[in-house]
Amino acid sequence: MSTARFAAILLAKELRLEFRTRELLSATIVFALVIVVLFSFAFDPTAAESRRYGPGLLWISFLFAGSLMLNPSFARERLNDTMDALRMAPISPFAILSAKMFANFIFMSLVEVVLVPVFSVLYNVSLSGVVAQLILVLVLGTIGLTVTGTVFSAISSHARLRELLLPLLLLPILTPLLIAAVEATASLFVEQPELDRTWVALLAGFDIVFLTASWLLCDYLIEE
Amino acid sequence: MSSLGISFAGIEKRFGSFFALRGISLQIHSGEFVALLGPNGAGKTTLLRIAALLAAPTRGKVQYTNTEHPSQPLDPSETKRQLGMVGHSTSLYDELTATENLTLFAQLYGLDDVSVRVANALETCGLGSRAGSLVRTFSRGMRQRLAIARALLHAPRLLLLDEPAAGLDRQGLAWFSATLENLREDGCTVIMSTHARNESLELASRAIVLAAGTVQDDSGPQGDPRRLLAALRRTPE
Amino acid sequence: MKVRYASTILVAGLIFFAGYAALFIAPDERTMHVIQRIFYFHVPSWAAMFTALSVAFIANIAYLATHKSKWDSWGVSAVEVGVVCCTIGLATGPLWAKPVWGIWWTWDARLTTTFILWLLYIAYLLLRGLLDDPEKKATLSAVFGIFAFLDAPLVYVSNRLWRTQHPQPVILGGSGSGLDPVIGKVLLLCVIAVMGVMILVLIGRYRLEQLRQEFEELRMEYETLNLEPSSIGKERP
Repeated sequence: MSTARFAAILLAKELRLEFRTRELLSATIVFALVIVVLFSFAFDPTAAESRRYGPGLLWISFLFAGSLMLNPSFARERLNDTMDALRMAPISPFAILSAKMFANFIFMSLVEVVLVPVFSVLYNVSLSGVVAQLILVLVLGTIGLTVTGTVFSAISSHARLRELLLPLLLLPILTPLLIAAVEATASLFVEQPELDRTWVALLAGFDIVFLTASWLLCDYLIEE
Repeated sequence: MSSLGISFAGIEKRFGSFFALRGISLQIHSGEFVALLGPNGAGKTTLLRIAALLAAPTRGKVQYTNTEHPSQPLDPSETKRQLGMVGHSTSLYDELTATENLTLFAQLYGLDDVSVRVANALETCGLGSRAGSLVRTFSRGMRQRLAIARALLHAPRLLLLDEPAAGLDRQGLAWFSATLENLREDGCTVIMSTHARNESLELASRAIVLAAGTVQDDSGPQGDPRRLLAALRRTPE
Repeated sequence: MKVRYASTILVAGLIFFAGYAALFIAPDERTMHVIQRIFYFHVPSWAAMFTALSVAFIANIAYLATHKSKWDSWGVSAVEVGVVCCTIGLATGPLWAKPVWGIWWTWDARLTTTFILWLLYIAYLLLRGLLDDPEKKATLSAVFGIFAFLDAPLVYVSNRLWRTQHPQPVILGGSGSGLDPVIGKVLLLCVIAVMGVMILVLIGRYRLEQLRQEFEELRMEYETLNLEPSSIGKERP
């Protein structure tokens, strides 16, 4: 049985656990919505300003919501020491890690699927004609967010103050991703939208670097 | 049926400046039923976790030997397949049903006829009627039974038990004793730690006493464990 | 011991001479005059920071490869020294910028990268503070340290690209261009002197870390040797 097969089994478990209660998903979506709404109170943007600052707002809310949502990923396994049972099973540590990464990617994507249309309605930003490219940017950015976020969830699950520690570790690391994602999204919100390839390449580069690093170092993340 | 033996050579485990285990060297042969005794903090849990490959010793080596191929070292994933453990926690997902919990682990261990095996296991430990209920709704005794069932699901050849009777009611204890007896007859190697009086100790073929991280007493593979077990019964619980 | 004294005296001498050179030997800058002399310690602090953080990166990898605690000691020492050098750099920059260009700070690529690095490595130190078990502390902070170091070039590149798209007055570009040879020599001397101080502090911090660990071990040994049967609750009135 390959790592991919075990990862799929564990992914099914992660999804089943979350969709049974849907607590984490709903809380995260609401939190992201609150940030999006607060922005309008704090800045009262005009239409042009919404288009200008919209990308930044979107990605900031994803990053903040994500860093709260990613915490339980590994913290949950401490509840009944289920991590011990997973580590004893004849599966590679990367199967455990990648299953969680994939699950977090799916959850985060669901949050984005709700948030982006809501944002475009609330701030009157038209997304017609750029949906496919926007999805590409969202996917690449979310991969980077969930890969690094899951790794730091693993790290912070061993520490005290883990709810505070995770954003503290994650947000500085994600600055290149934030810049690239915001710029790429912004290039799609202008009058003549054209996806900026440089930023897309940077996003892809970020994803590759950290996915590789996670794969190389996953043994240390999963051990006792 | 092949069996698994385990040897500890100079095992040391420290957590920072605290030495949980200081120089443990033991050889446990396949088929032995070892009662691991000793007060709290003696290092029993640490030793069992090292045997289960959940923790790495700071120094020393653990080796597993297969009776079928005594000279061939086992590869790690093959070893894991033959280990089973019941630890301090149940290692069960509260938000999954009993069936889902067992199915998950059956799949992770690559077993076939998963649904049949899982259903049988649940029937045997008396949880058949609650197979579709969330573990969150189970009593302590029921969870412990399920945890034991999970550990045995993949038919391990080396079973590591850390105070496995904790929380079991009288029915559960009877079932557990019977299960252990079957395992012993089957030639499964068992290392069971306990510091309370426990019916299953009757099955032990060897008693090892740990204290302050070292082996204080050992009835040996050929010896009689009863003397040491009797001493346990005399100490207040 | 002799080496330690000799190197301390040597570095102290270098620093004194470097300071003197920076203040009196180096020529007066045409526009900025005295303030510009901060440059002689501002630039070396970056060099020292970069060296320290590179040492940390190597130490992190070495720890994960060997699990020897000395690499963890090197890692934390290098990061602490690196953070201090970074703080000095971040503090002296604005001191120079405000009188000369009227602004304390600007978000250009180099400055932003440095600031993010500062945050990242402070996070590293905070992470260590929040982990109790020394082995976990060493392993997990090593992993984070590697991620942080890998992030640094990405931060720089993204900021460069960003600033190319949103240009701002380039302020610090001129620090190395068209140098009077005397300035160049004084700068080199200051770099060497500051690096010398950094290396001495690094080694000192490393030694301190090793001593602290040794002390902890000895203290634990002593305490466990002196355990007596407790008479809590048994005192007669």
